[in-house]
Amino acid sequence: MDEKEVREKLRSYITRELIRDESYRLTDDEGIVTGGLMDSFSLAEFAVYVESEFGVYIPDSDLTVARMNTLDQMVARVMQDMK
Amino acid sequence: MTLNRQDAKNAKNAKKSRDTTLSCPPKMPKNGHDNVVSLRARVRLMLTLSTRSQYATLLDAAALRLGEETAIVYLETDQPPIHVSRTQFRRQVLAYAAALLDMGIVRRDLIIITDTQSLASIYAFWGALWIGAIPSMFPTLTEKLDPDIYMQGLAELAARSGVRAILTTDEFAPVLARHVPCPVYGSSRLRDTSLQTQTGIEDMDVGATHESPLQTTASEEASVGTRRAVSGGHDNVVSLHRPQQSEGEVCLLQHSSGTTGLQKGVALSHAAVLNQLASYSDAVGLHDGDVVVSWLPLYHDMGLIAGFLLPLAQGIPLVLMSPFDWVSHPALLFRAIHDYQATLCWLPNFAYNHCARRIRARDLEGLSAASMRLFINCSEPVYAESHALFLERFASLGVTEPMLSVCYAMAENTFAVSQTPPGQIPHPDVIDRIALEQQLIAQPTEPGEGAVVKLSCGMPIANTEVRVLDDAGTPLPERRVGELAIKSDCMLSGYYQRDDLQPFHDGWYLTGDRGYLADGEVYVVGRSKDLIINAGKNVYPQDIEALVNTVPGVHAGRVVAFGVPDTREGTELIAVVAEIDTDDAEARQIIDRAIRQTVAAGSAVTVSYVSLVDSRWLIKTSSGKIARAANRDKWQQERGR
Repeated sequence: MDEKEVREKLRSYITRELIRDESYRLTDDEGIVTGGLMDSFSLAEFAVYVESEFGVYIPDSDLTVARMNTLDQMVARVMQDMK
Repeated sequence: MTLNRQDAKNAKNAKKSRDTTLSCPPKMPKNGHDNVVSLRARVRLMLTLSTRSQYATLLDAAALRLGEETAIVYLETDQPPIHVSRTQFRRQVLAYAAALLDMGIVRRDLIIITDTQSLASIYAFWGALWIGAIPSMFPTLTEKLDPDIYMQGLAELAARSGVRAILTTDEFAPVLARHVPCPVYGSSRLRDTSLQTQTGIEDMDVGATHESPLQTTASEEASVGTRRAVSGGHDNVVSLHRPQQSEGEVCLLQHSSGTTGLQKGVALSHAAVLNQLASYSDAVGLHDGDVVVSWLPLYHDMGLIAGFLLPLAQGIPLVLMSPFDWVSHPALLFRAIHDYQATLCWLPNFAYNHCARRIRARDLEGLSAASMRLFINCSEPVYAESHALFLERFASLGVTEPMLSVCYAMAENTFAVSQTPPGQIPHPDVIDRIALEQQLIAQPTEPGEGAVVKLSCGMPIANTEVRVLDDAGTPLPERRVGELAIKSDCMLSGYYQRDDLQPFHDGWYLTGDRGYLADGEVYVVGRSKDLIINAGKNVYPQDIEALVNTVPGVHAGRVVAFGVPDTREGTELIAVVAEIDTDDAEARQIIDRAIRQTVAAGSAVTVSYVSLVDSRWLIKTSSGKIARAANRDKWQQERGR
């Protein structure tokens, strides 16, 4: 799976499941947590999704608002461990 | 109809469950894990209904007695656990008390602690209690909140309540100091000052033993005093002696949530807190083999009383972690339960869903929760579905249905009002929906279409009475729905420096919650007010609406916010409906984004649904007010749910 595919899967998952509005046009660099689009509880849900969808386990130390606030950050972290 | 827990049937149940617990020592985890630590409490004199008279103030807490038993195990992500013994705890508290005196804090001063959760803020809290000042824990500034709005709120609170000082992080202290009308101290200032007094306090241990638990020895006060006299050159040496505090004095404040500047400080006396701890310990069958684990914030009544003061006062070990860590990494809770053989854990309803849905399987490998006695669901409406989900996910770790209990609580009663008996599954009351909604009667019926299930919140705890009142204030019989009212020996003294607010009506506190009594047990069905409880947090829709009204493009005054119960999340989600003028997709997106951002920055809650609608969508009452319930119904209908 290439980066583009990962990005679009994540974008679609976040708008559908976490923002609960599929018409929301999520940009690559907007603050998802700091912008009030999802709460910090959703970081844990995001981690569950990433593990089941991409087989990537993100350690707790990376699951922070500072490190997972934008789509760009999330994609980069997933790609880091994608085989 | 008036009830209290002295009921014979209930006492029998409580006794039975205690006996069972005592005869079954905590089991070892199935998959013996290297990290398991046994925290044994040795409590000579627990605070019970019968020993209550031997406790005068919170300073008689067992954690303040000398001893090597564990007072607190503090857990942080990627850090080794910090074990604090009673002796260490006491020493730190005394050092912080001395540091506070050094800063000029004296008896009856109100101190706001708005630090990130840490051992330092815990010592500061107890240090303030020690010198007879009045501490109050407060939420800290987060990434999402707008610092200006947050600081303005604190400034209003400081002015209104006469706050003497604010304790916060080093980083934030100089910024905050420019915005509030009182001194602000960073945590290192307090820590450094406390370190200066440490040497002197170490001397105190000589001669003080387990056998002199309840009083500071003369020698320890003298040695602290001597040290202070040498180091500081102050003449208030004697003031580190525990001031003579009386039971009736206000010892701490719990702040209600809501618009910060208008938050009410729920003032609690030593007597109220001790009475609550004695009654509630009885209700959960507390014993010296218990270990409490908590991730709850200390500015919340459940976190402060059940997850903090209760274990420290009783001398049972407290395993504590930061809410910020737990929220992103919910498996930490189960790791802690396993590692420390925990037995008691208080959780708001959403936490059951959060744990069940968002813990990764590999984070649970090798863990056991079989040591647990009770998970206590409290502080937001309890969903039977959440218990079922939790049980399904964690049964393999040893979680069983009788471990899942329910408590009804509020800060104005210090904490608990009622509690289901330990080991007894909360009764699911199956009642007729139409009779409930139209006649305000909880009419038992068969499960199925037209039935709703309400879970029991248990019997009132000892010395707390619960009544149900109609709109005219007349008590109602069992199974009639009305406003819940309480009377107890652990109620608030009043709202701090708000003599204009009268919390009592003929000695009863009206809770604002609607419910009924059946077989002596309390059932909560809703609220009289429009309050939203989101993830255990009280949210006032008018606060959300006020924020959304400031967003450009939104018709001011044409906004409504309401809660939407969500069984997947196990809590109420927040929805906002706002009238706007434009059909342009891009302009709408900008408004949508601004609404979410403005609410997050101004209130620290997340809006789950934003609906932008045309003019005249909203329903107003004949007096021109926004009708929240009617608008919620309309919104839900349009979404087809």
